Amino acid sequence: MKFTILINEGPYQHQASDSAYQFAKAALEKGHEIFRVFFYNDAVNNATRLSVPPQDDRNVTENWAALAEQHNLDMVVCIAAAQRRGMLDAGEMERQGKDANNIHPAFRISGLGQLVEGGIQSDRLVTFGD
Amino acid sequence: MMEPWEENESPVKKFMFVNRKAPYGTVYALESLEVVLISAAFDQDVSLVFVDDGVYQLKKNQSTDGIGMKNFSPTYNALGDYDINKIYIEAESMKERGLTLEDLQELTYEDEDDDWAEKSSINVVSRAELAELMDAQDVVISS
Repeated sequence: MKFTILINEGPYQHQASDSAYQFAKAALEKGHEIFRVFFYNDAVNNATRLSVPPQDDRNVTENWAALAEQHNLDMVVCIAAAQRRGMLDAGEMERQGKDANNIHPAFRISGLGQLVEGGIQSDRLVTFGD
Repeated sequence: MMEPWEENESPVKKFMFVNRKAPYGTVYALESLEVVLISAAFDQDVSLVFVDDGVYQLKKNQSTDGIGMKNFSPTYNALGDYDINKIYIEAESMKERGLTLEDLQELTYEDEDDDWAEKSSINVVSRAELAELMDAQDVVISS
């Protein structure tokens, strides 16, 4: 089956991203396909490459990045939600005239149309959040 | 073998956006509306549901002067222009909160099959009817 995963909550504060990660991992292990993982609302914060969790805790962003690397996952961060919350890649940093960027290279920034397309192209759209 | 979505270039799916939260306090209502407006560009079969505290999103005469936030409630008026005219409000949620249709803003669309007559987009449905509507969807996005 082909899935798109929608995550709506930030890392650590909420388990949504961890649950989505476990779901994605299990689905891929069972031979299913992940068309896209879309990060919306506070979930855009999952894409920061600057987080420094304690060494005995999981690193949510790196978990996603490793899974993406292994399975060639398309991980999309909503641009409108990201800009509100100070999540920028190098291109947006330049365009907005900011002095830093923080998006992990495993993620890409794009529009909400990518979420709608995920719903159209996938057999199931699964949401993780409140 | 062809997959269902390969049969034509733009398959139409039934998308339902379920709004469960109050308009302010959290960003869910505002950011849900942003997805709804984008979805209109994809020519899908889109409907909106307002349930639980989500019914407050359509409260008329909203003012955000005291909280320093943007009042985005006028944006719901634009839904008709985006051909989004299936709006379901759960009767029980309104009743539990002492609200009637009189308390909500009017949402209308122009019916192209009826000489562009202006019609209400709002349908009040029971909890049981809503369950049936949800069951008929391809994609349900709830926030």
